[in-house]
Amino acid sequence: MELAAILLLPLTGTVVLALWGARPSAPDVNAAFSLGTLLAAAALTVRVIAGGPVLAWGGQFFIDSFNVFLVALTALVGFTTALFSRPYMRIERDHGRVTARRMRLYHSMYQMFMATMLVALLTNNMGIMWVALEAATLSTVLLVSLYRTAASLEAAWKYFILCGVGIAQALFGTILLYFAAERILGAEGMNALLWTQLNGVKSELEPQVLSLAFVFLLVGYGTKVGLVPLHNWLPDAHAEGPTPISAVLSGLLLNVALYIVIRCKVLVEGSLDSNLPGQMLMGFGLLSVVVAAFFLWRQRDIKRLFAYSSIEHMGIVTFAFGMGGPVANFAALLHMTVHSLTKSAIFFAVGHAVQKSGTQVMDEIRGLVVRNPTIGWGLMLGTIAILGVPPFGVFASEFLILTTAMQQQPWAAPILLGALGVAFAAIIGRVQPMVFGEPSGKRLAHQPALVPVFVHLAAVLVLGLYIPPYLADWYRQAAQLIGAAP
Amino acid sequence: MLSATLTFQLVNLSAAVLLLLAFAMLAQRRTVALVDLFTAQGVALSISTLVVALNTGQDHMYYSAALTFALKVCALPWILRRLIRRLDVQWEAESRLNTTATMIIGLLVVIFAFGLAEPISALATTITRGTLGIALAIVLLSFLMMITRRKAISQVIGFLAMENGLFFAASSATYGMPMLIEFGIALDVLVAVFVLGVFFFQIREQFDSLDLQHLESLREK
Repeated sequence: MELAAILLLPLTGTVVLALWGARPSAPDVNAAFSLGTLLAAAALTVRVIAGGPVLAWGGQFFIDSFNVFLVALTALVGFTTALFSRPYMRIERDHGRVTARRMRLYHSMYQMFMATMLVALLTNNMGIMWVALEAATLSTVLLVSLYRTAASLEAAWKYFILCGVGIAQALFGTILLYFAAERILGAEGMNALLWTQLNGVKSELEPQVLSLAFVFLLVGYGTKVGLVPLHNWLPDAHAEGPTPISAVLSGLLLNVALYIVIRCKVLVEGSLDSNLPGQMLMGFGLLSVVVAAFFLWRQRDIKRLFAYSSIEHMGIVTFAFGMGGPVANFAALLHMTVHSLTKSAIFFAVGHAVQKSGTQVMDEIRGLVVRNPTIGWGLMLGTIAILGVPPFGVFASEFLILTTAMQQQPWAAPILLGALGVAFAAIIGRVQPMVFGEPSGKRLAHQPALVPVFVHLAAVLVLGLYIPPYLADWYRQAAQLIGAAP
Repeated sequence: MLSATLTFQLVNLSAAVLLLLAFAMLAQRRTVALVDLFTAQGVALSISTLVVALNTGQDHMYYSAALTFALKVCALPWILRRLIRRLDVQWEAESRLNTTATMIIGLLVVIFAFGLAEPISALATTITRGTLGIALAIVLLSFLMMITRRKAISQVIGFLAMENGLFFAASSATYGMPMLIEFGIALDVLVAVFVLGVFFFQIREQFDSLDLQHLESLREK
């Protein structure tokens, strides 16, 4: 019931907004659909927490504590972003950057994007997972190029081609997985693609095929996570698209892709008896953190800056999952949550800051705190939170990851710590003058939506100070599911 | 029912044709000719799927062959030709294409693909298992083609050829993925081509050309 609502609401929203999206009230309709999805997701979460994992519709959908928390997070950020996009897109329209027709495309595809991500999270079928993630790319390509500027077209083209090629590798990996499973589970029905079935027989799957499959799956889905060296599309797509889209790409899509990688890792690890998948994740994760930290220094565009910061944080999470074990998995799940809340809050603040200053170039954005204290403080607090300053939640998860690294992988801890330091200096040095420097900027025609910024930051703060016991239990269960350290 | 030997030979024949077509695409400069080669690949692919269907008598292989024919021989080439006509780029050709070097790299790619596929084919029980190496080679050759092209439409044809290779890999290793998944993939490919069609017009409007060298300004300075 809740499941049907979660899947059908955004799909209905896609159709309704495709017909309706050009009207002035469309942003409100968009937010209403997102609110409905959020309520359904909350109901589903309550049910799964109370009653344990759910297998629905002939086993085609599977909800356990690992994906239900991502479903809740996706629906929540989807809703707050829809709230933020109400004034944001109206201002963009007043500035003449989008026409009524493109507003319709935007709203319809926004709901479509939500639907595809939720399908990818909820499905039990590795094939459907692939189809849904590819559909998520397709629904956002035209949104990245919404402004039809030369740079946005280039960004969208890159996004399509790189993610398309990447996801083609993932399809080959899925074929190999199916090939290995079909020998044990048979070709009848879709058994050999269902994750729960695969998980049951993972120790019997042919290790040689699975290790090859994992290489393809990691490279393929890793492109969407934005792991270095497959990250090229990410900063461009984030910088050139509308800011609400940057917020959901960073806050949600990267998480969904990483979720799929981890599902694959659980299967492959069970078959292999060695830590090859974990080591590959650690390698890619660490490389992403280091490379992103140094690229942060060279950024001039504010949205690119925070896009690189997303690569860095995805690297941290990937590294933590690579280490494995209950503590590292717990920390990785917590980090996924707080990163997604903080980063979308930052993008909300950045969006309005850019509209106020009329530019994305950081050297030309100055004195936000004088012109509009809420935007200025929102950006400053968000930046402090994402940099892992206590008492925000990012500190808690990064601290856990670092201490686990010192115990399990002592060689990696100094590299990680160094990269975090480099990133800290790069970002704070850029954001400080933007917030506190000599003011520049103009008035906005619509009241900016800053409630979501502070709601997210408050949640991150709470997670840093005190994780409610039921939430901690929930993370712990999910961490158990993902598997123990070698 | 087709006899095993005949099936084996027919499937190998179509695999060889597919590989040759992949090399021909790698060397072809003109965009319109690439669409023809892509169509030919679709024909070879549906024939090989049909042959396997006749041999194994599995229903879903018949559907799969029909779906391949409808999508890759009829729909996609038709859309691509229409796009080329409406964009008025019939005479478009790659100007900078080092055929000799690409071909040599292509050969190495094929050897690599066979090496990679060898252990997997050894485990497979399908009649088509020998062609897995060729399927992987087609995927990698299409990838190589995408890298060497500067025209938007050629890159998209490379992308579609890569999907052909993946489809062939699925049918040679396992007699194809479940029908629902194949439909899902086909739908994604079709939507992708539509989205790109819209996108081509946007690029043309902005740059007056479909040459991707205009799309190289976003990079780290």
